[in-house]
Amino acid sequence: MTAPSLKIRETAILESTHFQKLLDGLIKRGYQVVGPTLGEDAIVYDELKSVTDLPIGYTDEQEGGKYRIKKQNDKAFFNHTVGPHSWKKFLFPSELRMWKAKRNGNTFRFLTDNEKIKKFAFIGVRSCDIHAIFIQDKVFTGGKFADPHYKLRREGIFILAVNCGKAGGTCFCASMNAGPKVSSGFDLALTEILKNDRHYFIVEIGTELGAGILHEIPYKIANDEEKYAADIVVKKTAEQICKSMDTANIKDLLYKNYEHPRWDDAAKRCLTCANCTMVCPTCFCTTVEDVTDLTGEHAERWRKWDSCFTMDFSYIHGGSIRSSAKSRYRQWMTHKLATWIDQFGTSGCVGCGRCITWCPVAIDITEEVSAIRESEQTTEKKTTEGLEEQRS
Amino acid sequence: MTIKRKPKLAIWKFASCDGCQLSLLDCEDELLAITNRVDIAYFLEATSTVRKGPYDISLVEGSITTQHDVKRIQKIRQNSKLLVTIGACATAGGIQALRNFKNVNDFISLVYAKPQYIETLDKSTPIANHVPVDYELRGCPINKRQLLEVLSAFLHGRKPNTPSYSVCIECKRRFNVCVMVSCGIPCLGPVTHAGCNAICPSYHRGCYGCYGPMETPNTTSLSSQFSQLGLDKDNIVRTFRTFNAYAEPFRKESEAYEK
Repeated sequence: MTAPSLKIRETAILESTHFQKLLDGLIKRGYQVVGPTLGEDAIVYDELKSVTDLPIGYTDEQEGGKYRIKKQNDKAFFNHTVGPHSWKKFLFPSELRMWKAKRNGNTFRFLTDNEKIKKFAFIGVRSCDIHAIFIQDKVFTGGKFADPHYKLRREGIFILAVNCGKAGGTCFCASMNAGPKVSSGFDLALTEILKNDRHYFIVEIGTELGAGILHEIPYKIANDEEKYAADIVVKKTAEQICKSMDTANIKDLLYKNYEHPRWDDAAKRCLTCANCTMVCPTCFCTTVEDVTDLTGEHAERWRKWDSCFTMDFSYIHGGSIRSSAKSRYRQWMTHKLATWIDQFGTSGCVGCGRCITWCPVAIDITEEVSAIRESEQTTEKKTTEGLEEQRS
Repeated sequence: MTIKRKPKLAIWKFASCDGCQLSLLDCEDELLAITNRVDIAYFLEATSTVRKGPYDISLVEGSITTQHDVKRIQKIRQNSKLLVTIGACATAGGIQALRNFKNVNDFISLVYAKPQYIETLDKSTPIANHVPVDYELRGCPINKRQLLEVLSAFLHGRKPNTPSYSVCIECKRRFNVCVMVSCGIPCLGPVTHAGCNAICPSYHRGCYGCYGPMETPNTTSLSSQFSQLGLDKDNIVRTFRTFNAYAEPFRKESEAYEK
């Protein structure tokens, strides 16, 4: 290899024709390579063996309750935004057997699964989703007790990030300080450029590992003009984002408004179907099911994704605490945006917009927040006006 | 806790198509394990040999449509320690409850050559309208996995895992792409009881609600979304009027669009 070795934060150029070599390098190192690929009606995350598994030339169009894939007249690899899947699909399985047990006379013995997980290489991780992974890290491994299943999958992953070349119709990462530019937490970060029949990537080095992998394939050092082209891409994407959430004093705002009439309004629309929590890249709730077979000789414990939108979720002796849709929607949104901050020191929302796109009835978390904020401002204004009237 | 004596199992049929009973026969691989653990004492679909009650567990298929049915289900209840209704007919009145929306006599004269021979009740109703039911298994038909789960739970004295949340949760756990959001296909998944493991959306079809209403169905919000997807009033009525047409949340929603 003639190219000079790369240092962290340096940028290089990778021609699209060499992208396969990057995947090969990861596969050769034993990674299970997963990333965006064309599913039946969406760009989903699944195993990638070849560059042709990427959704080449496809993009997506999104709005509340609506997602469509669209073929374009280009060869772009990553000209889409985030889809129905998130990386928790791999790090936090939706259904997981925790143990098996076998009856042994009057007692029983545990049969633990020796989980062997091939290290993951995530291809095409967006800034919002890197933030989401780091939020789930806090949830699963940040406290006194780390979740061994999550830890096993999370440790040693390779993150090939991508700066978004377009904003989706439901994206609001910028206002959540989670994008669109990838700022940290990656091994390599790409910006895709298609210009004058040339298709290449500007690659920012995030780790020694990333540098090592890139060093094995043909690349060159990026010049100033190329670096500038990458900045322009992210800048344009940021300008395209049309949704935002005003997070100023959001904790106080929501804590002060538990009885706001907007919750009733949301409850009228909310299906309590739990889709928002399933697609959210940070939602982490699970339920545990114990099962036996007919003979009673075998038992298993399964952990499955659960949701604060189910009645069982808040069931205690006597019934469910959150029996109304209002209380469940309020719980979800207030946890995501406010109590999460008290619990984990960060917001639970990264502005990926999945909960808006994949809500069958298009409930928009940013609109719910602004409705509460606006009416509060009106109330405050009225109060101030009232005071002024009294004074005069 | 394991019951020492083999519990006696009975399977009863009322107005139904027999499909749910067939789910038991469909447990081919598990059938031997079932007969090793329970004593199948009454199952006309499988054998004409019948033994008298009382029964430890009765599985009841079908809805109540005649005065004779009303008396028979009461007798079965008296003879059963545990009564489990299986399928949409037994839990909601079934597809035959479509007649509940009209005058039954209008149908009788159309369907039968000699209507005077027909003795029927006004409405097709679920078993729970007539006798206390210990457990309900949803679906048209039920799925054998859930049936085995209920039998296993009964045999070992534990609570069965048959959650009443939406089909969407099962659908998303399978990483299906939502057919309603990605293709605009009307899907009853958000208001439908889980249990089928989202079989229809997994084959790229909208859920048609054969498990009936989930625990807290917001049918009003979903049907207004159906309107936005282009479904007219008649089609919304039809969407809610299938196997669980007479389950209250579905019935009310279809009636709201019929006006």
